[in-house]
Amino acid sequence: MSKETLFSKKNRLLLTDPLDDNNPVTVQVLGICSALAITVQLKPAVVMALSVLFVLSVANVLVSLLRSFIPSRIRIIVQLVVIATLVILVDEVLKAFVYDVSKELSVFVGLIITNCIIMGRLEAFALANTPWKSFLDGLGNAFGYGWILIAVAFFRELLGSGTLFGYPVLEKIGLYELGYENNGMMILPPMALVTVGVIIWIQRMRNEKLIESN
Amino acid sequence: MQDLANIFIKSIFIDNMVFAYFLGMCSYLAISKTVKTSVGMGFAVIFVVSLTVPLNYIIVNFVLNEGALVWLHPDFHDVDLSFLSFIMFIAVIASMVQLVEMIIEKFSPSLYSSLGIFLPLIAVNCAILGASLFMKERAYNSIVEATVFGFGSGVGWFLAIVGIAAIREKIRYSHVPPALRGLGITFIITGLMGIAFMSFMGIKL
Repeated sequence: MSKETLFSKKNRLLLTDPLDDNNPVTVQVLGICSALAITVQLKPAVVMALSVLFVLSVANVLVSLLRSFIPSRIRIIVQLVVIATLVILVDEVLKAFVYDVSKELSVFVGLIITNCIIMGRLEAFALANTPWKSFLDGLGNAFGYGWILIAVAFFRELLGSGTLFGYPVLEKIGLYELGYENNGMMILPPMALVTVGVIIWIQRMRNEKLIESN
Repeated sequence: MQDLANIFIKSIFIDNMVFAYFLGMCSYLAISKTVKTSVGMGFAVIFVVSLTVPLNYIIVNFVLNEGALVWLHPDFHDVDLSFLSFIMFIAVIASMVQLVEMIIEKFSPSLYSSLGIFLPLIAVNCAILGASLFMKERAYNSIVEATVFGFGSGVGWFLAIVGIAAIREKIRYSHVPPALRGLGITFIITGLMGIAFMSFMGIKL
């Protein structure tokens, strides 16, 4: 077997595939749980995406390193322990450095533990692959998750409160003087679901092989 | 009594796990294709959540909180273990799920085979961990309140998944734009159901 280079074509695919064709949120249907509630504004969404990026890539590497030592019967508990430890780290760091965001995320930091993306990737990928590949897979999936999160948060914050990262964009453009009103509906939970639904719609119109047979 | 009824109604309709907090969405989307399996999954969630929330309540109030260990020895009055709560909660949940899995396997093999791989996924069903975390955050006064809250959240999740499963069974006969089929339309319907549930907001007994 010839040795693969670090960024061979196959490895690059691990990184880019989850962005579109195999997106964790819109195609694999994983990790929606904690994704939607924190997309009212961009800032918590970005923090959440970074936290998941950290937890997912590190957990993938750790489980991949441990994969030959974990008995398959208790693998779920082992994986949960690895994830929970990393999440506790993230939680403490957030509390120390960005306390207001951590308050806003409230229980959703803890819920990264049960974010199915992480569990799903550990089960499906890290248990069967080498650490470097698992790391790339973790990064790729976290980016795939992150861009959906940030896209949803972008539209919800812009249309719902007329700001981006708290900066009043629409007011500066002067839309309000033309009679524009914020759509208060976008801030409410149901519209997050509809926004994701629309993103899925657009993605599948462009990428027809993802269309379900019904 | 009125307080309890209030918590119950609130946790089912107003703070519904699916529509207000998007918890348990993964299994909600994956298993809601037929009503039959979704009923089974719903009951499993009700069962697990109404056991784990009171269990975790006990753990929070007698082990983890600051000063909770005083019953062991008065010297422990400034011990604060609450940073361990995530790991404790998930351990309790994972072992409860293992138990439920064994029980279902023994008494209803057909349900076991239809729930298939999703049963272990109850362990990572965020609705269950979420219920425990909300219980901790809202600091209920007694174990009865916590149990009622857990049971109510389970019932709310059950209602949501059975509702969407019934709608998905019907929508198979409708003409949905190809790109929206399956996942997309399910998201949008869930959004619409969420709007319907929002009409319960502000109800007080």
